[in-house]
Amino acid sequence: MINKLKLTTFAAAGVIAFGAMAAAPANADSLTVVSWGGAYTKSQVEAYHKPFTKKTGTEILSENYSGGLAEIKAQVEAGSVKWDVVDVELSDAVRGCDEGLLEPIDASILPPAPDGTPASKDFIDGAITDCAVASIVWSTIYSYDKSKFSGDKPSTIADFFDLKKFPGKRGMRKTPKANLEMALAADGVPTSEIYDVLATDAGVDRAFKKLDSIKDSVVWWEAGAQPPQLLADGEVAMTTAYNGRIFNAIATENKPFDIVWDAQVFDTDLFVVVKGAPNKKAAMDFIAFATDTQRLADQAAWISYGPARKSSAPLIGKHAEAGIEMGPHMPTAPENFKTAIQNDFEFWADRQDELNNRFNSWLAN
Amino acid sequence: MSEQLTTVDGRPLKAALASAERSKRIRAVLLVMPLFIFIFFSFLYPIALMLYRSVENPLIAQHMPETVAVLEDWDGNEVPGEEAFAALAKDLVVARESREIGKVATRLNFETPGLRSVITGSARSAGKWEPPYKEKFIDRRKEWGELATWATIKRLSPTITSVNYLAAVDRQYSVDGEIQMIGEDYQIYVDLFLRTLWMSVVVTVSCLILGFPIAYMLASLPLRHSNLLMILVLLPFWTSLLVRTTSWIVLLQTQGVLNDIMVWTGIIDDAQRIQLIFNAQGTVIAMTQILLPFMVLPLYSVMKTIPPSYLRAAESLGAHRFLAFWRIYVPNTLPGVGAGCLLVFILAIGYYITPALVGGQDGQMISNMIAFHMQKSLNWGLAAALGGILLVGVIILYWLYNKLVGIDRLKLG
Amino acid sequence: MIARIRAAHRVTGMAQGGMTENNDPLVRFESVQKSYDGETLVVKDLNLDVARGEFLTMLGPSGSGKTTCLMMLAGFEPATHGEIYLDNAPINNVPPHKRGIGMVFQNYALFPHMTVAENLAFPLEVRKAPKSEIEARVKKALDMVQLGTFGNRRPAQLSGGQQQRVAVARALVFDPVLVLMDEPLGALDKQLREQMQYEIKHIHENLGVTVVYVTHDQSEALTMSNRVAVFNDGVIQQLAPPDVLYERPDNAFVAQFIGENNTLVGDIKEVNGDNVTVDVNGSIITALNVNTEGVGSKTTLSIRPERVAVNPSNEGDYQNVFKAKVEELIYLGDHIRTRASVCGDDEFVVKIANASALAAINEGTEVTFGWKAEDCRALDA
Repeated sequence: MINKLKLTTFAAAGVIAFGAMAAAPANADSLTVVSWGGAYTKSQVEAYHKPFTKKTGTEILSENYSGGLAEIKAQVEAGSVKWDVVDVELSDAVRGCDEGLLEPIDASILPPAPDGTPASKDFIDGAITDCAVASIVWSTIYSYDKSKFSGDKPSTIADFFDLKKFPGKRGMRKTPKANLEMALAADGVPTSEIYDVLATDAGVDRAFKKLDSIKDSVVWWEAGAQPPQLLADGEVAMTTAYNGRIFNAIATENKPFDIVWDAQVFDTDLFVVVKGAPNKKAAMDFIAFATDTQRLADQAAWISYGPARKSSAPLIGKHAEAGIEMGPHMPTAPENFKTAIQNDFEFWADRQDELNNRFNSWLAN
Repeated sequence: MSEQLTTVDGRPLKAALASAERSKRIRAVLLVMPLFIFIFFSFLYPIALMLYRSVENPLIAQHMPETVAVLEDWDGNEVPGEEAFAALAKDLVVARESREIGKVATRLNFETPGLRSVITGSARSAGKWEPPYKEKFIDRRKEWGELATWATIKRLSPTITSVNYLAAVDRQYSVDGEIQMIGEDYQIYVDLFLRTLWMSVVVTVSCLILGFPIAYMLASLPLRHSNLLMILVLLPFWTSLLVRTTSWIVLLQTQGVLNDIMVWTGIIDDAQRIQLIFNAQGTVIAMTQILLPFMVLPLYSVMKTIPPSYLRAAESLGAHRFLAFWRIYVPNTLPGVGAGCLLVFILAIGYYITPALVGGQDGQMISNMIAFHMQKSLNWGLAAALGGILLVGVIILYWLYNKLVGIDRLKLG
Repeated sequence: MIARIRAAHRVTGMAQGGMTENNDPLVRFESVQKSYDGETLVVKDLNLDVARGEFLTMLGPSGSGKTTCLMMLAGFEPATHGEIYLDNAPINNVPPHKRGIGMVFQNYALFPHMTVAENLAFPLEVRKAPKSEIEARVKKALDMVQLGTFGNRRPAQLSGGQQQRVAVARALVFDPVLVLMDEPLGALDKQLREQMQYEIKHIHENLGVTVVYVTHDQSEALTMSNRVAVFNDGVIQQLAPPDVLYERPDNAFVAQFIGENNTLVGDIKEVNGDNVTVDVNGSIITALNVNTEGVGSKTTLSIRPERVAVNPSNEGDYQNVFKAKVEELIYLGDHIRTRASVCGDDEFVVKIANASALAAINEGTEVTFGWKAEDCRALDA
């Protein structure tokens, strides 16, 4: 019995040692990072992946997905995890952590700000959770085609819901999230009280009632690429959208669009490590590296999403290709941030199934 | 009479026959086996798994064993006593340490919205509490003082449950265990099932109306011409579904080609552009085009076998061309009509990408909801229940078809 | 045989004006031409009368234009030129369903989704006949074809012969003046085919209906018809009662197409009253001058195998007597088919009745063949 155990241990040690040598290129020196593709992944490759590989020698395999936890859940349940680091939305980070699909991340590995402020103080509120570390702040805003309105331009969230003053179709994402918040803000609820109101049945009714007022004029979109297209095609006069997409259309395609930041609903995108990731150690190193002050500021040179660290803001420069000063286009820029609503993931984690049903039922009738 | 027949050497005839045929049978079995194994693992097994997932409910029993045990004797008339709260505290602490609390919370939240934060929040605090627990729990979250919370936990204790199927038809258990409709503002699935059926019927009928003349023309043209036309019919098969669907958007949107033409020709005013897509009719139009070949091919293959002499015979017997067509030709196409309709209808009720892209607010179908629960909400149990209902619907349809037309007359090409 | 010929003569006599009350033809083709592609004519200038009560067969190889003629008569193909009359009325612009012509199709064209009775009731229903009348007539028609108990079956449950009978009954149930049959027996086996030939023949005789029948089977044409129109290349080669067609073919095609026939090709040396002398590979043959272009032209001689005498005892009775070498003997029971080479032709066939006297003939032996000039018809080359 003991002999056998020894033998097994020996063999196992041998296998591990051998594996460490033979499988080195495939294991220790490579890392699979999954993100959303397009300009967003490009910004990450430029700002994080390339410098990380340069510094550590670890190859990064970049994969794309379309969000959600389904693939992560499938990999974990099947016991064959292929992804290491995944860029997820906050609600998925929380739910994935709850469901045990993600590795806990020890926040102490995150480096402090250049001035010595500890990471936990440097990141914006809610950017560090048990299993995730935020890299960017993105925002749902609404945008309009300047050429469509000759006189007054829309400037407040109430204008989006005002079909009389600003006639034309509206584009909205086909989900209750952000729409209910904006509806309440447009109905006069102060942005700081949105979720308190929404937590009551009367508040939900009020939000839907506000949506009712424009329902017949709404074109519903689902993918982030749609709203700039809808605007460009003239399908809608204004539409909610992700700020980065609209910025790209303005900066690189010279579209006559403008962003209204009033009652923007901002959220974070976070890095998580999949439970049982093949390169867990390297994955943690990558996250610590990628979310330091300089790296986050670098990413902002490629896309107009705000860094999750306060200390990154002063370091933001110009757009790497279009040469535009990026600072004013960040959701986190003080001018834009005054009436911002932070997406309340606790609220949505509790209520999203229920509100989704209500939203779909409302849509269909 | 009853005496067994034997071969010349006295073996029973049946045995002799069986051994003579054995190698043939073994070969047949071996030939079929790879496909059978493939179908079993890629089709039957996943379906069985899906059906099981729609009723399985192991989480609560597994991770809240103490609470479940105490609640077994609970009558449900008033909030349970300290014993239950103590068990709850124990379960929550254990579940939190093993990081399973999130799953439990999510499961309960599907049933009663809001319970997720009640569970996770209480679990965080419970570790620090000393008995008695009852007041502390209720103090922390008032939901612990409500019957509904405990009723939900008790209802989800069994490892096999029907709640997913109830939810899939907009129903739930009330606090006292009765099945009831959920609030009117939240009802969605029954309407969606009905709409899915209705849209599938419309798509099927549209395909039939458009496909029948095409198939008739294909079947009556000489092969040289019909081959070219057949390629046109099959062309959609060779184009990516996504490309086709996006083309429809370009064509039908309010600033799209069709509306432009109508404005340009003066049929409509620039201000009255018609909303043709991102609604139910957009879905119907796009799906009809995509599913048309599935109607044309079975129709064509049946029509090809109907001799032109039938129509001539009917005409020579005194029937006007239209009457001959209606009384003689059409009845003979029924196997093709049945097969085409069955195929299109079954494909239509499960359609997903097209409604997702062009469905807009009222063009969604049940499969979009299934996808939502698979990918976004991760409520796989509910998704499986919705899929299970769809599966039963399809089986009923096959059964009806078999009753009315006969499955052996199904001709797919 | 004799009775049949007599019957045929009776009808042709009728057609030629023997009847007094209505001697107009029922069907008349007048200079009818048909082309499908605008380049070639499938039917070239067809003129044909079909008498009332007549059984007329259009016989010919495939592609000869016979089926096209039938389809034009039924109304399924328009005539490119010319006019077709039915009962003295032009019908070019009458749609098929108003022509009142019954038709039996090659593969019966029974409606598979209807029972036999429903098939028969169909032409009556579309004519809006009262229900009781429909029932009575369907029953009568079924009885006529001896299928009285088969009314509730589907066509697929019947044998080929039974389906054939149903098809005939259906074409007749609405009392048409004219019935067209397009190779109706083609799908049946030999024995059944012969039986059905008689049945159709009897129905024709009993009902007095006019039948235009299309076939490529010459024995079928000979058995059933009053007159046969032999088609080739879009032209009627000969229109005549069966016996005339067989005994006195007008041209080489008819001679070759109807029955078995020996052909010898040669040059005409001399015209001598009704006869001609022909040089065939050096042998001089005397033949009846039927259809030739005079001295020096080529001609095809046609001799029926049964008109050749083998080793005739009275050689003087035959104008033509030649030595022949037996190449092959085929035993056929009632007769022995003998292939021999004579006058330089080794495909010459003679039918020898299976009688003991001729048992001496063996392959390779030399025999004498003799035939009369009147049995040897000199036709077009």
